[in-house]
Amino acid sequence: MATIRIPTQLRELSGGASELTIEGGTVKELLAGLDAAHPGFAERLHDESGGLRRFVNVFVADEDIRFLDGIDTPVAPGEVVSIVPAVAGGA
Amino acid sequence: MPYVLGLRCRECAREYEIAPIFTCEWCFGPLEVAYDYEAISGAISREKIAAGPASIWRYSDLLPVERNPAVDLGAGFTPLVRADRLASELGLGEVWIKNDTLNPTNSFKDRVTSVALSKALEFGFKTAACASTGNLANSVAAHAAHAGLRSFVFIPANLEQGKIITTAVYGGNVVAIDGNYDDVNRLCAELAGMYPWAFVNVNVRTFYAEGSRTLAFETAEQLGWETPDHVVVPVASGSLLTKIRKGFGELHTVGLLDEEPKVRVSGAQALGCSPVAAAWLNDTENIKPVKPSTIAKSLAIGNPADGYFALDAVRQTGGGFAAVTDEEIVDGMRLLARTEGIFAETAGGVTIATLRRLADQGVVRPDERVVAYITGHGLKTLDAVADQVGPTATIPASLDAFHAAFDPSTFDQ
Repeated sequence: MATIRIPTQLRELSGGASELTIEGGTVKELLAGLDAAHPGFAERLHDESGGLRRFVNVFVADEDIRFLDGIDTPVAPGEVVSIVPAVAGGA
Repeated sequence: MPYVLGLRCRECAREYEIAPIFTCEWCFGPLEVAYDYEAISGAISREKIAAGPASIWRYSDLLPVERNPAVDLGAGFTPLVRADRLASELGLGEVWIKNDTLNPTNSFKDRVTSVALSKALEFGFKTAACASTGNLANSVAAHAAHAGLRSFVFIPANLEQGKIITTAVYGGNVVAIDGNYDDVNRLCAELAGMYPWAFVNVNVRTFYAEGSRTLAFETAEQLGWETPDHVVVPVASGSLLTKIRKGFGELHTVGLLDEEPKVRVSGAQALGCSPVAAAWLNDTENIKPVKPSTIAKSLAIGNPADGYFALDAVRQTGGGFAAVTDEEIVDGMRLLARTEGIFAETAGGVTIATLRRLADQGVVRPDERVVAYITGHGLKTLDAVADQVGPTATIPASLDAFHAAFDPSTFDQ
């Protein structure tokens, strides 16, 4: 069980909620659980190959999962998972 | 705005109206300006450009701004310098330096800022803001002052002292953040959602990034409407490299080039922050963000927004990448200064060191016409060379002392 933070752009899918509590022990399981509870998340977060879209970032306890085990990153009970659209910047 | 059709997502091609927005609400991909190239072809000509101002605004038909130019300190149309001494040192043939140190605030950022703030005025913004590794801070503070806009510039607190002073002098708000550029960027993304400010590289980034294409336009014009065979471009977010490549192609699309350009594009990164070069060297699609540690602070973006596009551009054009050490960077700065009389900041050292590496590896070849983009002035990063150079001799004001220090028999008589 973990808390998932939903970015503004996706709150139409969560009924306006900024946070949801979902069952799962890895990022992959949590995202699958999220789509099961609120259909529509999967097609927004994943590309055709099933991986995360290139401009979707996921943080577990404030660490980018690309620094961890990617989509297989384990999530301890009670931890916070944030979905954050990639930040533009620089040039 | 006759020549702009709207905005388009670079990932999924969804279309949007012109607005200060920067990501696709569907897939979060970055948006890009879509032009009516057919209309531009009818309006633009080499003669019309030649009769225009000696600035980026000579290409206004290709810029996404309605009132040209609204915010202009004279950015662009910088010298393209033939660099024979550097070429011979590197074992290359025809090498040119695009010397973008000679912009109003001494970096290429004046190009993008001039476009971004011109657009910001059109949108009715009254405050200009940015997240910056330094050069953009200088540029936004200066252009905002010139345009009478309030400014908020956010920088990592560990930035070079010179870049802080040369930002603060313009009188806007300079906010030093206890963190790296990616931390600064994240805060700015949150602030951009809260306040109606023109964050040039967040909500106005779609327009801002278009300004970089002028580097390609100028290069081709200055080569007599021909293109280089190979360009070497420093990579921070990856936007500059991507847009230079795009710019060459657009010149052909609108009929300004006789032949379709075949420009190989190579990217330059510092080893201490080389997420894009690492992906290229490891032959992977995945760009893994890094925590930067390099003297090339203007390139220290660990989570590059346009990294994928830069990687694609290098792969598609058969270019290369190098990730160079801090020592090579300083050597590169000194090599360029010594051979060509151009003093570049650390990012320029990265570019020259990369050119050297790629020349040694045979990626950049002696039969190619090469252009290296030098994007910021050496006075911005004096610390990098401060302990390496100094007076050749320190002597009393006497002929004897001078002759003791230097052997007159070696002088031209």
